[in-house]
Amino acid sequence: MIELKNNFNRICDLLFSRLTSDLRLNINLTGEDSLFIRFNNSKVRQCTDVSHYKLSCTLQNTNRRINFSFNLQSDLAADSIMALREFEVAHANLLLSPEDPFLVQWTNNGTSESIYKGQLLPADNLISQCQSAFENLDMAGLYCGGQIHRANRNSLGQSHWFSTENFFLDYSLYNGASASKGIYAGKDWNSDALKTQVLGRKRDLDLLNRPKVKLKPGRYKAYLAPAAVAEIFSTLTWGGFSAGAFKKGRSGLQKLATDQGDLSPKVTIRENFAMGLSPVFNEQGEVSSEQIPLIESGKLKQWLTHSRSAKEFNLTSNFAAESESPRSLELLPGTLKSEDILKKLDQGLYLNNLHYINWSDQITGRLTGMTRYACFWVENGEIVGPIEDMRFDETAFHILGSGLDELTESQEFDTATGTYYHRSLGGKLLPGLLVNDFSLTL
Amino acid sequence: MKLEKILDIGQKIALRKGLSPQDFKFSARIVQENTWVRSVRNEAIDENSYDSDSGLHIEVWYKGHFAHSGTANLSENGAQKAFETALSLAEAAHNLPLTKFEFEKVRPSSKGHYSSTIKRPLNEISSKEVFDQLLAASNFLKVSPQIQSRTAYSMTIKTDFDQISSEGARFSHDFSIVNTDFNVVACEGTETQTRSDKGGLARCAQIGAEAFSLTDLNLRCQKIGEEAIELLKAPECPTGNFDLILAPDQMILQIHESIGHPLELDRILGDERNYAGWSFVQPSDFGKLQYGSSMMNVTFDPTPIHELASYGFDDYGNPATKEFLIKDGQLLRGLGSLESQQRLGIPGVANARSASWNRAPIDRMANINLEPGASTLEQMIGSIAKGALFYSNKSWSIDDYRDKFQFGCEMGLWIENGQVKHKIKNPNYRGQTLSFWRNLKAVGDRNQVEFLGSPYCGKGEPNQVIRVGHSSPYCLFKDISIFGGGR
Repeated sequence: MIELKNNFNRICDLLFSRLTSDLRLNINLTGEDSLFIRFNNSKVRQCTDVSHYKLSCTLQNTNRRINFSFNLQSDLAADSIMALREFEVAHANLLLSPEDPFLVQWTNNGTSESIYKGQLLPADNLISQCQSAFENLDMAGLYCGGQIHRANRNSLGQSHWFSTENFFLDYSLYNGASASKGIYAGKDWNSDALKTQVLGRKRDLDLLNRPKVKLKPGRYKAYLAPAAVAEIFSTLTWGGFSAGAFKKGRSGLQKLATDQGDLSPKVTIRENFAMGLSPVFNEQGEVSSEQIPLIESGKLKQWLTHSRSAKEFNLTSNFAAESESPRSLELLPGTLKSEDILKKLDQGLYLNNLHYINWSDQITGRLTGMTRYACFWVENGEIVGPIEDMRFDETAFHILGSGLDELTESQEFDTATGTYYHRSLGGKLLPGLLVNDFSLTL
Repeated sequence: MKLEKILDIGQKIALRKGLSPQDFKFSARIVQENTWVRSVRNEAIDENSYDSDSGLHIEVWYKGHFAHSGTANLSENGAQKAFETALSLAEAAHNLPLTKFEFEKVRPSSKGHYSSTIKRPLNEISSKEVFDQLLAASNFLKVSPQIQSRTAYSMTIKTDFDQISSEGARFSHDFSIVNTDFNVVACEGTETQTRSDKGGLARCAQIGAEAFSLTDLNLRCQKIGEEAIELLKAPECPTGNFDLILAPDQMILQIHESIGHPLELDRILGDERNYAGWSFVQPSDFGKLQYGSSMMNVTFDPTPIHELASYGFDDYGNPATKEFLIKDGQLLRGLGSLESQQRLGIPGVANARSASWNRAPIDRMANINLEPGASTLEQMIGSIAKGALFYSNKSWSIDDYRDKFQFGCEMGLWIENGQVKHKIKNPNYRGQTLSFWRNLKAVGDRNQVEFLGSPYCGKGEPNQVIRVGHSSPYCLFKDISIFGGGR
């Protein structure tokens, strides 16, 4: 870690030293040392170790900008040569670029450092512990663990560092076509905690052995467990909370700002960096407030606004990420106790997971997706049996608005398990939802 | 560093650790990919980004089990460390392997080179030339004050992929790719409509800088803008079961989601169960299942010179050839690599592909194409008493077995008594895979075929995006459930 920080700083200093007075440079480090072990039938299908450190830079003068990025080789001499070469290419192209009317001039947003250490296992030990935990079970899934680093510096003196060491085991247990889903995640591996969780998922599997209930399309009362709510928010956050998307007519929560739709007064949503799961600084090193209220008691409080959107649309930046997606979203809990969920549901759907959600009509916030894994039919407050997978088609304004009955008093953390290009950070903290008239269509 | 040097490093490690050639074999791949993304929104620069991504992938085979290591460190030390890491993983995993493989049976010792067919190298076009095109496009999109947002986007990619193995394989690829996207958002009051050039990012091809000689840019962009404005006033798509024609730029999504993914053998084997999902297709279905009507002919075809996912060899070194997956509606072959073919005993294709140097190969689509039929578009429209024609994919959702789907499009045309009547907005349709394809009643002729694709097909644990190509003519389906937007 010390060597990584030193090399990062030396390369940054080298590039900053090449700047003429009209130039500014912002540099981000995205790095990971990751072990991926892919399981099928509780055995190892593929193992991959990845060491990947990348610098992403923005060079700008008073009216133009260009982004350039390249991998680090963890060799200071080679990386310095590469950095200077890429800088020269970027500098030459900067002058060929059109002027940028929404260019944001940076400032020095100070210095920060957050380092979280973990206790992870080497591959051989991990494989044997998984072998033991999933003995006589049909498990498919992915172990992913190792160090993740994010850092930012700019030529005005700003410097931020974030490192964490964590893991997740994202898995499904199968009994024929029936499956229950689990995610064991954290910073310190504990084989007993894994075994306890696996036992719980195994109990779900036992419920899935009951005869399947075939439902007809229609409207049903439904309980959406936190993992199902997380799937809905994964799509909803795709531009839903973005100031830029709203201004471009592409937010799924557009109606909130045009007084055409409200969410339930029971719904309060915020960015909550106090959870410590992702860096509080964005790609420009701008530091957000620890908490950013987005929706309060069903009313839009503010959009996530990046400084560039702020400049283009004459708004105030709250130092959101460039994507203007939440990085540490929390839906505040309600009052429904876990032990009362089935009783309050009485008759309807108990949905543990949803799958592959996309828009039916983005502007009206209408979503479609599938039920998946352990989803049950409930009668008289008791689970009857698993349902056959069904398609739903419902608006966010119904799920979180007119149809929302209650939110659970407990929340669950949905770990970011994405590994496209690099391992994701952060996650969402969510309760379960009891929803009336949830629409199944196919 | 040269691949021959990496071969030498691997052989020295084997000697040092006393590993016999019967127990230890390997392959190595160096990837260098340079990507430019440039975009303009409302005649102002939106993105101007250059990425240089290079790295080394080491694959070690130890006593029947493969393990992988990816590093951006291309020095001798980096290669040595990658070998040692991959070997330690293979040693750790070989006591609990899902399957053991014989190296030579799943890693052919292929030799050869594939290169994209281009007229002008990508590095010959300047940023200024590209931005001038994009700014012009943005202006052409601006057909009305109701066009609130207009975007012109281009991505150019140059990829070199070189591979070697301890058993004599030596092959390479040199890809040149251009991806463009022109789209608008039109707004009036509370109504919002989007329209694009063949759906988001679908216009992609292996081509050089000649892709920017866009003689029809003006007309294409004006049409996109005008159609978005017309959609603001158009009636909602009706609800009910009707005949439905899908344009090529929606057919590509239909092929991708309801043919491509369910035929991937690693899904059928359960490797993907925890993420992308399983498949309704059973191993016993190959050679027997009537997947669709007799008009349905689908190929895995890595040979069209400009299609996005054409290549010479997959990452295992298997030479890529055109194969029928479905012929006259009957399922013949799966999308499975040599490893999957061995595990299932089912014929497959050369489709072990990795996203880059930092991921292991898995079963992927390449170019999956619907072969043309004999109908003209006029004949298809003329045969419809009441129905619709949908253009350009906007939304997609399908279950983890690839059965129940719902797809949304940007624009529809309403047809009555064999005549196009008017545009319809927010067109959606839903169905189930086999019954949908069995309702295929007409396939357009060769003149209608469009070669499109996607640069972003997601799958795998760890996640990987891969480039896929699809081609199709217009197709007519009977008795499809369609509906519009709103609550």
